[in-house]
Amino acid sequence: MNIKLRTLLYTTVFSVGATALLAAGTHPVTGEALADTQTFTYRLLDEITSMDPQLNEDVDGSQFARDMFEGLYNQDAKGNLIPGVALSHTVNADNTVYTFKLRDNAMWSDGKPVTANDFVYSWRRLADPKTASAYQWFVEVMGLKNAGPVMAGDMDTSELGVKAIDDHTLEVTLEQPLPYFALTTTHTSTFPSPQWAVEAHGADWTKPGNIVVNGAYILTEHVPQERSVRVRNDKYWNNENTILDTITALVINDENVALTRYVAGELDQTDVPAGQFKKLKAERPDEAINVPELCSYYYPFNMTESGNPALQDKRVRQALSYAIDRDIITENILQAGQIAAYTFTPGATANFSVPDVEYGTWTQAERDAKAKELMADAGVENLDLEILYNTSEAHKKIAIAISQMWKQKLGVNVTLANQEWKTYLETRGSQQFQVARAGWCGDYNEASTFLDLMNSASGYNDGKYANAEVDSLLAEAKTMADPQSNYTRIEQIIADEMPIIPIYHYTANFLLDTSVKGWPFENVEKQVYMRTLYKVED
Amino acid sequence: MFNLILRRTLVAIPTLLILIVVTFLLMHSAPGGPFTSEKPLPPEVLARVEAKYGLDQPLPLQMWNYVVGIVTEFDFGPSFRYKDRTVNEIFAQGLPITLTYGTLSFVLSVVVGVFLGVWAAIRQNTWIDYLTVAFSMLAQVLPNFVMGPILILIFTLWLGWLPGGGWNGGQWQYIVLPVIALSTSFMASIARLMRSSMLEVLQSNFIRTARAKGMPESTVILRHALKPAMLPVITYLGPVFVYMITGSFIIDAIFSTGGLGYYFINAAFNRDYAVMMGVTLLLGGLTIFFNLVVDLIYGWVDPQIRY
Repeated sequence: MNIKLRTLLYTTVFSVGATALLAAGTHPVTGEALADTQTFTYRLLDEITSMDPQLNEDVDGSQFARDMFEGLYNQDAKGNLIPGVALSHTVNADNTVYTFKLRDNAMWSDGKPVTANDFVYSWRRLADPKTASAYQWFVEVMGLKNAGPVMAGDMDTSELGVKAIDDHTLEVTLEQPLPYFALTTTHTSTFPSPQWAVEAHGADWTKPGNIVVNGAYILTEHVPQERSVRVRNDKYWNNENTILDTITALVINDENVALTRYVAGELDQTDVPAGQFKKLKAERPDEAINVPELCSYYYPFNMTESGNPALQDKRVRQALSYAIDRDIITENILQAGQIAAYTFTPGATANFSVPDVEYGTWTQAERDAKAKELMADAGVENLDLEILYNTSEAHKKIAIAISQMWKQKLGVNVTLANQEWKTYLETRGSQQFQVARAGWCGDYNEASTFLDLMNSASGYNDGKYANAEVDSLLAEAKTMADPQSNYTRIEQIIADEMPIIPIYHYTANFLLDTSVKGWPFENVEKQVYMRTLYKVED
Repeated sequence: MFNLILRRTLVAIPTLLILIVVTFLLMHSAPGGPFTSEKPLPPEVLARVEAKYGLDQPLPLQMWNYVVGIVTEFDFGPSFRYKDRTVNEIFAQGLPITLTYGTLSFVLSVVVGVFLGVWAAIRQNTWIDYLTVAFSMLAQVLPNFVMGPILILIFTLWLGWLPGGGWNGGQWQYIVLPVIALSTSFMASIARLMRSSMLEVLQSNFIRTARAKGMPESTVILRHALKPAMLPVITYLGPVFVYMITGSFIIDAIFSTGGLGYYFINAAFNRDYAVMMGVTLLLGGLTIFFNLVVDLIYGWVDPQIRY
């Protein structure tokens, strides 16, 4: 060939080869071109309460725990259980003894192997009253044998129903049969903590330099109220499948400032300021994310004597519930894809199908007419009601809308009582309200995490609703292979007796940069494991 | 002067003790506690948790233990909300940050405010004067929680010159915006105060005498007019200092600096008793100290004042 063509050929080959050498690499499964720097930066509303898995109290803190530690099981992108430190488990005939087989290649970041003893230590630590963990009650949710007396300090922690048969076999004994026990092992308060580090450093064991982790990342920098940085832990057993190298969390209290910094490119992910989802979705359709979440928003009634006596009549409660136009709340006020609720448990809950309740199938006009009829039947006119809610623009707007609906349709005079968070919790928790705003998020992906609130003995039943049939249905459901029929019956009872007004089911709204891939959008508990994320080239 | 310092220090001790008692009582009278949460602890468990932190003891005993802890070990207690940290650690991290940008804001406000005020006074009814008055009205109208996001919008998003927040060990790029946001409204009010004070002093007889003697105008202003004109400004500096500290809460929230101001309000919402007490005490101590400094400067500026 002539010289010009040869030069052209060599130049082309050379530049292609050079580019290939300089490229950052491609994703082993999807083949996408990866970005050169694998760093993910996201926004935190506030400093987290603790990096210690047994002491952490907040949702943001549990993200740190999921990235730095690993429990028995993890969740995949859809929320199904997959092996973590545990490979599998077997259950005895009556669902009271679970035996977990642990992998033998799990290691702590200081080289020590992860053993069944680590779980025994951390679960005992969680239950121990001396630890004073805010999640100590989760041990009872798990249903471990002797949980009650151990938590109260009446029995030693060694009596708790968890034992290490050998280094790689963990045996759990439950107080009563619980078919869904395995689901509770993804909760971060059950994650192992390194006994030797905790004993050596005390409360300082979670500081960078002291901290020992068994998860994909380790804390290298922590400036409270400003930033924290987690970096790849190469002793993690699955490290070769981790693509993201560094995770930076920036504390930005003001959501609008966070949005500005996201737009300026300082963040890869941030929350959507209240009421702005619609506009942001229009401006950034690929970045504004909106997915169902395992949480419900509702108004419980105070069913005790300290409440409004008119509310003792179920017709009044039904009328108040029917008169609310939930579509106005979800489509006009919140505008972020929330789902109108006529029952308590969200449809997104695993193995749960939302039962059809009659009033949910009517049109709003039909509901309004029925509401007026019910109020007239009950003989209630000019009812005075007080709605209690905690300080927040969104709660205020919803309360105003509902009070207007009640005024216009039923002639109810509503006073709005707005209290600061802890004061509101005290007021609601001591039954000093008539109707209050409440929200509840599930602790595990099964309907009982919601419906147990309706149990008369539940500590979270602020309205003190009591129904013996509901109590026995809930108890029976714990041992049924498929409890859906009981759950359906309970939801129907709730829809009939209306101790709470279900209003909507939450959606998670946030902005995510398009270069970030691997986000588990379908996981309704928002259990993100950041080691599954990776960044592609823009 | 030494008498003044001694007297003030002696008075400070009972003042701070009263501050401790009043704050303690107010704190504990608010409904809810550090462990009140949406998923409440069963009562027996809550009792144990509170016992661990000494919250089950009678209030006077808790107060006594608190004061003893500070005096003997300089230990301000644990944080109930941030389990991994103590109040001492929070101070050690937050105080230098707040003092850094607080002092810079203060100095900037005073220097620029005085300069603008004097300039506007001596060039009364010129464009300099009108500009200064307009600027000070605008700056007083824009509170720091409006200034902050606007500055971030301009300098981080539009121009890309400065980071939108954080502290990063105090590198200058991170200090600029918080200082501007905090100092602007005080700069403006100091300028206005200085201007009107200077205008009044310039009408006095002794200034007329100085000019009649043939002194250069710069000497008249700087050597004779400035000191008396400063007096109202100096009086104002005491409250300015306090407003800056409370204003730093907003600066911390907007710019994520990690300073102490944020803990002030946050601790109240969290019922984080030890942090609340610690920050209140610190603030009280700083205010007392600063008022003393202001009085000393006052005495130096106006020789007629005797304590």
